[in-house]
Amino acid sequence: MAALNVRGVTKRFGTLDVLKGVDLEIDSGEFTVLVGPSGCGKSTLLNIIAGLETPSSGTVEIGGRVVNAVAPKDRDIAMVFQSYALYPSMTVRQNITFGMECRRVPKREREEALGRVARLLQIEPLLNRRPSQLSGGQRQRVAMGRALVRDPLLFLFDEPLSNLDAKLRVEMRMEIKQLHQRIRSTIVYVTHDQIEAMTMASRIAVINQGELQQFAEPDTIYNRPANLFVARFMGAPPMNTVAARLRTADGTLYAVLGEDRPDAVRLALPNPPATASEGDEVVLGIRPECIAEEQRRFGDDPRGSVTVEAPIEMIEPTGAETVVVLRLGGEQVFGRLSPDVKPTIGELSRFTLDTRKLCLFEPKNGMLIQ
Amino acid sequence: MYNTGLTWRRCLVYLVLVVLAVVFMVPLAVVVLNSMRTVADISQTSMIGWPREWAPGNFAVAWSHYCIAQTCEGIRPYMWNSMAITLPATILSTLLGAVAGYAISLWRFRGDTWIFGLVTLGVFLPEQMKLIPWVLVLRDLGLINTLTGLVVIHVVQGMSFTTLFCRNYYVAIPLDLIKAARIDGAGFFRTFGRIVLPLSPPILIVTVIWQFTGIWNEFLYGVTFVTGTQQPVTAALISLSATVAEVPQYGVQSAAVLVAAAPTLLIYLFGGRWFVRGLTAGAVK
Repeated sequence: MAALNVRGVTKRFGTLDVLKGVDLEIDSGEFTVLVGPSGCGKSTLLNIIAGLETPSSGTVEIGGRVVNAVAPKDRDIAMVFQSYALYPSMTVRQNITFGMECRRVPKREREEALGRVARLLQIEPLLNRRPSQLSGGQRQRVAMGRALVRDPLLFLFDEPLSNLDAKLRVEMRMEIKQLHQRIRSTIVYVTHDQIEAMTMASRIAVINQGELQQFAEPDTIYNRPANLFVARFMGAPPMNTVAARLRTADGTLYAVLGEDRPDAVRLALPNPPATASEGDEVVLGIRPECIAEEQRRFGDDPRGSVTVEAPIEMIEPTGAETVVVLRLGGEQVFGRLSPDVKPTIGELSRFTLDTRKLCLFEPKNGMLIQ
Repeated sequence: MYNTGLTWRRCLVYLVLVVLAVVFMVPLAVVVLNSMRTVADISQTSMIGWPREWAPGNFAVAWSHYCIAQTCEGIRPYMWNSMAITLPATILSTLLGAVAGYAISLWRFRGDTWIFGLVTLGVFLPEQMKLIPWVLVLRDLGLINTLTGLVVIHVVQGMSFTTLFCRNYYVAIPLDLIKAARIDGAGFFRTFGRIVLPLSPPILIVTVIWQFTGIWNEFLYGVTFVTGTQQPVTAALISLSATVAEVPQYGVQSAAVLVAAAPTLLIYLFGGRWFVRGLTAGAVK
């Protein structure tokens, strides 16, 4: 059963179209991440699902019931806010039980639920403190506790980790993921951080300018982005996208970068899309990790690895790998080398490319050529 | 190097400050000294001077015996009038202003900025401009020459200030708190009572001090809308000085002025610290 069904939801503020007709169907137990740049409408969508804002058109269904006219408190949802939104004058205990108090849940039941959540999140020693006496990570936990205590049909997370420092963010990321695996609840999680999206989601919805770009498993989003926006948004550094022309030679389809230049690069396409043909202008997408030092081999099939020569323009050693900026057919692209390779700036060097995961996009509309 | 010694520059600064302080203190000093002098003392020498003999009895006379208009009960009944106007008007206007400021700042609705603009317009309207409208309103309500009438006036007029103060304080409260409360199932008043009000003491102290001193010291409406024994102490003080006596009773009058000013002075002494803190405190963290 679909835990959440969003159909044709639009939102207009004055003349500004924040959401231009979004459809989402989320199954029970799924961890869905809404990701996109700031101002793309993802938080507005979450607020509409929560009932904190009303859509200009379209319907929202939670647990098979249309909730457009239902107040937030009656939607069977719980929400974790970016700012945590803990009530400053209440203790942790009161913060967590306030919702039940508003619903006139008997005191004994409240205490039971509180105890269960406090144990789950290991915040028992904090129950009598006020939010101002807690660290960022502890506040985050309490905010989650306030949501968990409800045991709702749907959890909504609005960038819950973006106020934490980098180290804590990674820890909490793991913890939320583990928590989801343990309690198997349905989660809709908003973030602008594509790494959070990749690591946590069972499905990712990429949103840009009020439109859903792609809604798929992380692997598909990463390796088969539906369009150039998704390709360039996911991954750090993002997918390289360069202009190319398709040529046929000896029955093989090639993508040629910088066709009219002396340093043109020809890449054989091991599994070309059916609709691609000789002479087409395309945008070629290649992930930085598909450009590596010469010795690297990708897969068992030797046709998957192509060696090219290119000048190195810049080097960024990160420790785990070395990111290089090089020129392929006159276009600037990122590659990721093993840290053992010590490349020199300005020199011509040889690289091996993984051509199995090349993506071709339509230059006019940016869509993936299937 | 930072020079902490007494340089001539520093001496000049202190000299200017002391001179200014003396200038500002002279009227108060004259009143305080006169409140301790006898009629004979003042009339034989001058208004300004050290008491030849101390006459603390002036205060007792001013409080309960002096004749104002036709009655001779001192300013005590008028002090009670002022209290009966100021206390309810302060409390009501502060509470109403807090609720109004909360609604305008945290529950956005269509036209809220217009309503806020209209409410705060009251801050800029001069008192005398509103005299005649208030006469008509009080007449229709049947509240002319009653303390209740004055309470109504001060509550309504005070709301402009208290709404402005509270709204400006509450806009610093993150909207997420209100959203979280809505999801938790708290309504308008529960959210106010349980979440917003506990964050409010700094601004409530400011509005209470502001309203208390403003209403206590108000004079124009006090003399216009009530007469005789219903008047607040500010109006009574004028009647007191206008009383025709053989010799002007400067000593008793000075004592009466000091007594009448005492409540607002006390409020400042005890709340002034909070007043400054509340005005400067913006962020609720």
